[in-house]
Amino acid sequence: MKFGVVVFPGSNCDHDAFHVLSSVLGQPTEWVWHQSTQVNHLDAIVLPGGFSYGDYLRTGALASHSPVLGAVKKFAERGGLVLGICNGFQILLEAGLLPGAMLRNRRLKFLCRFVHLRVETTDTPFTTVCQPGQVLKMPIAHMDGNYFAGEATLRELERNHQIAFRYATPAGEVVDDAEANPNGALANIAGICNRERNVLGLMPHPDRSSEALMGSTDGLAIFQSLVQSLITH
Amino acid sequence: MPETIVTAEVVTEHGLTPEEYVRIQEILGREPNFTELGIFSVMWSEHCSYKSSRVHLKRLPTGGPQVLQGPGENAGVVDIGEGLAAVFKIESHNHPSFVEPFQGAATGVGGILRDIFTMGARPLAILDALRFGPPDDPKNRAIAEGVVSGIAFYGNCIGVPTVGGDLYFDPCYAANPLVNALCLGIAPKQKIFLARATGIGNPVIYVGAKTGRDGIHGASLLASAEFDEASAAKRPNVQIGDPFLEKLLLEALLEALDTDAIIGLQDMGAAGLTCSTCEMAARSGTGIEIELDKVPQRETGMTPYEIMLSESQERMLVVAEKDRAPEVQEVFRKWGLDAVVIGQVTDDGVLRVRHHGQVVAEIPARPLADDCPVYQRPMQAPAAPSGKLVSFVSDEEARRNLRDNFLQLLASPNIASRRWIYQQYDHMVRTNTVLHPERGDAAVLRLKGSRRGLALTVDGNGRWCRLDPQRGAQLAVAEAARNLVAVGARPLAVTNCLNFGNPEKPEIMGQFSAVIDGMAEACRVFGTPVTGGNVSFYNETRGQGIHPTPVIGMLGLLDNVERALGSGLRAVGSAIVLLGGKSGVERAPEPAFSSSEYARLIYGVTGGEPPEIDLAYEKRVQDCVLEAHRRALLAAAHDISDGGLLVALAECCFAAEPARGVAVTLGGKQPLEAVLFGEEPSRLLLEVDEKQLAELLRLAREYQVEARQLGWTSAGEFRVHFNRQVVLEEDIATLREVWQAGLPQALQTVGSL
Repeated sequence: MKFGVVVFPGSNCDHDAFHVLSSVLGQPTEWVWHQSTQVNHLDAIVLPGGFSYGDYLRTGALASHSPVLGAVKKFAERGGLVLGICNGFQILLEAGLLPGAMLRNRRLKFLCRFVHLRVETTDTPFTTVCQPGQVLKMPIAHMDGNYFAGEATLRELERNHQIAFRYATPAGEVVDDAEANPNGALANIAGICNRERNVLGLMPHPDRSSEALMGSTDGLAIFQSLVQSLITH
Repeated sequence: MPETIVTAEVVTEHGLTPEEYVRIQEILGREPNFTELGIFSVMWSEHCSYKSSRVHLKRLPTGGPQVLQGPGENAGVVDIGEGLAAVFKIESHNHPSFVEPFQGAATGVGGILRDIFTMGARPLAILDALRFGPPDDPKNRAIAEGVVSGIAFYGNCIGVPTVGGDLYFDPCYAANPLVNALCLGIAPKQKIFLARATGIGNPVIYVGAKTGRDGIHGASLLASAEFDEASAAKRPNVQIGDPFLEKLLLEALLEALDTDAIIGLQDMGAAGLTCSTCEMAARSGTGIEIELDKVPQRETGMTPYEIMLSESQERMLVVAEKDRAPEVQEVFRKWGLDAVVIGQVTDDGVLRVRHHGQVVAEIPARPLADDCPVYQRPMQAPAAPSGKLVSFVSDEEARRNLRDNFLQLLASPNIASRRWIYQQYDHMVRTNTVLHPERGDAAVLRLKGSRRGLALTVDGNGRWCRLDPQRGAQLAVAEAARNLVAVGARPLAVTNCLNFGNPEKPEIMGQFSAVIDGMAEACRVFGTPVTGGNVSFYNETRGQGIHPTPVIGMLGLLDNVERALGSGLRAVGSAIVLLGGKSGVERAPEPAFSSSEYARLIYGVTGGEPPEIDLAYEKRVQDCVLEAHRRALLAAAHDISDGGLLVALAECCFAAEPARGVAVTLGGKQPLEAVLFGEEPSRLLLEVDEKQLAELLRLAREYQVEARQLGWTSAGEFRVHFNRQVVLEEDIATLREVWQAGLPQALQTVGSL
């Protein structure tokens, strides 16, 4: 089993994802440089958080055109597992690997704080160890996490159970207020997967919530699900 | 283009005095040309030369077994054991932040980050000390909002967490906001790099961003003179930050240092190429010659004067081993950055600058860097504290108003939750932040691969320093150390940012000298040498200066980071202990109380004097806390500071998760307001399991410090008895709401985010 963590210029959370995979979970993990196209030896790829290319253009827009993304697209088409965290999610949207787009947070400010997510589906390789409706505590840290999609897309996401996580209260109620859904995401969407269920993006940071010392271990469920899915395959 | 002729007028415009000009002529043995004059003027500016402060700074303690590098380098370096070194420094960006708040603050962060990674250390965390004018003026709100956005923009994008800081509003900062940024980095002890240019013939490499016309004379004209109505015209002197480029520079540089081909390096910050070349040569007793044609430039037609004085951001100067420049350049190329050999190290001690092959400046490097005239400026002893004193209302009346006044205090911009600010900062990136903002008295960071942790705090109460600069400085150092022990960290070392008015005024130099004395004495008591920092003078607009505002950044070490102590109450039914303070000493409470936040807010009084501090007693209190923590007697700890005892108790409840409350019994002969809101130092609140209470009280006796149980923790109610009467009973949730809404309301900005 081998994990790859992509390094774009401006990736900041590359180390965080690498640390959880290699040090916390003890999985073989390697860096993938943004100009590389060699990903076929990997079992799963993580697009980490950060500010790829400074995000001076739309978040994720430049990274979606980098050489490694071409390889990641082919990797995903062949069924490889791809996890996009925060900026990684934004890149997956820009690259068309996931539907929808990100708007600026509803209060127009960068927001770094803990949120609660309700697990909406356990039928993805990223959520297999979760319970349906389980509430996970993870931090967000972004300026553009206000998920948006057209009505038809939203209907399709719901019909196909592609919405993996919704922002919720600690008790798991999905309510659209600034406390529970701080960035104002459409239908409280915090994370989605593709129809084939092998590509998943989420704005909150499981990489920052996988050790007790960091204030939560709930994010570990995402990485453990990945490992388990790869073992059973 | 013919060069400007150097006339007496041109000399004055460059901020140089006739005496300084004579010194320049002596050093050169001739008249300087225009470029050379520009070079001297930036190096000999107050900002770069410390010409007014140097004679005083010498009195600070700077040595100790833990100090690997004291003042004089890009940053201080402290031994933290296990072969690791902590690199840290604080720096001001006050003037640029007033002229252009967003970019001024952003480049302040960018600059201090470069100071840290220039030493070979990876930045671990940022803290910011901010001072603004009262938020009821829209101008001050705009500055505050711009500064916070600028810090967030730069820190978030480059991916270094902003984990703490402090913030005060006061009218004296209205036209002189303070933005002091502190950065902490970490490196293996053996891999610390210094600003050295050794090895004759070694290549001098320019790396990073291209040079433009931005920031010319930032250090000499912006930072070294008072402000007036024309200051907006200085906006072109503010640099523009590019955190993405600096992120590349950071990663490329750390990777390049691993090649072992690099000998020394220096950031191009204030005074840009001028400062980095002459200082590196001066420190090494060598010379440097460079060809300006090779300097990567953003625009055409720049003169030597402009290239040498540009303060374009995100640039560095690197000296590599002979013939190994290509290895270094290769790493920078990988990260898409310029890395150009622009010159070499020479043996004649001269900074020689060529442009199109012609020598345009030729200055002995050491005198340029070190021989600026040093001034023993006239001083006037600070006036004895004066101003109106509070006359306490009766306890009966105080009790009637208690709830309203307490809520008002909790919502006051100087006390209220800083959540609106720290939520805009990524304070978790790189997963080392163990204690988040408002969860403990200091930020605590883990060091991956070690059990140890580092704690950091910044403190400085300008109001107290205005009333008594020496005592105010002692109180600032004491509070910083207290904040560290409250999280279970042993104080190690200090970096300071000294913000003052115009040093040409005797009363300002008097304040400065008194602050240095106070700081020196306190740093000796706490065993925390000063390893560096920054002096910012001329914080005056239209002749109106700020309070003398020394900001103390203090670093502490935790042996086991998993045992970091928070300020949030943990259990229900454990004892609340007040440790420290000197209840036995009878003093009139009015003078000290008149300098408190409560007196300012409720009585409209800022007078009297700062509370007295007995440094030896304070040290015993702190040692007692550390010993109690070592024996695992403590569940939570919190320093009592702005707002006094009642605010501190409430903060312990707010920091708790899940919610906690307290029931405490207070009393005594002093007025109710003095007991609840006085800001006497050397005090902490401790949460102690009932079973361990006796041992804690015994320990306090051993250390000869006061300790008294005030009451118990509860599930969510805040109840206060005073002299056998219930004087306050309130739901914690209600208090928290008021406390959290205070700042966004004062800034008239979006509510809970």
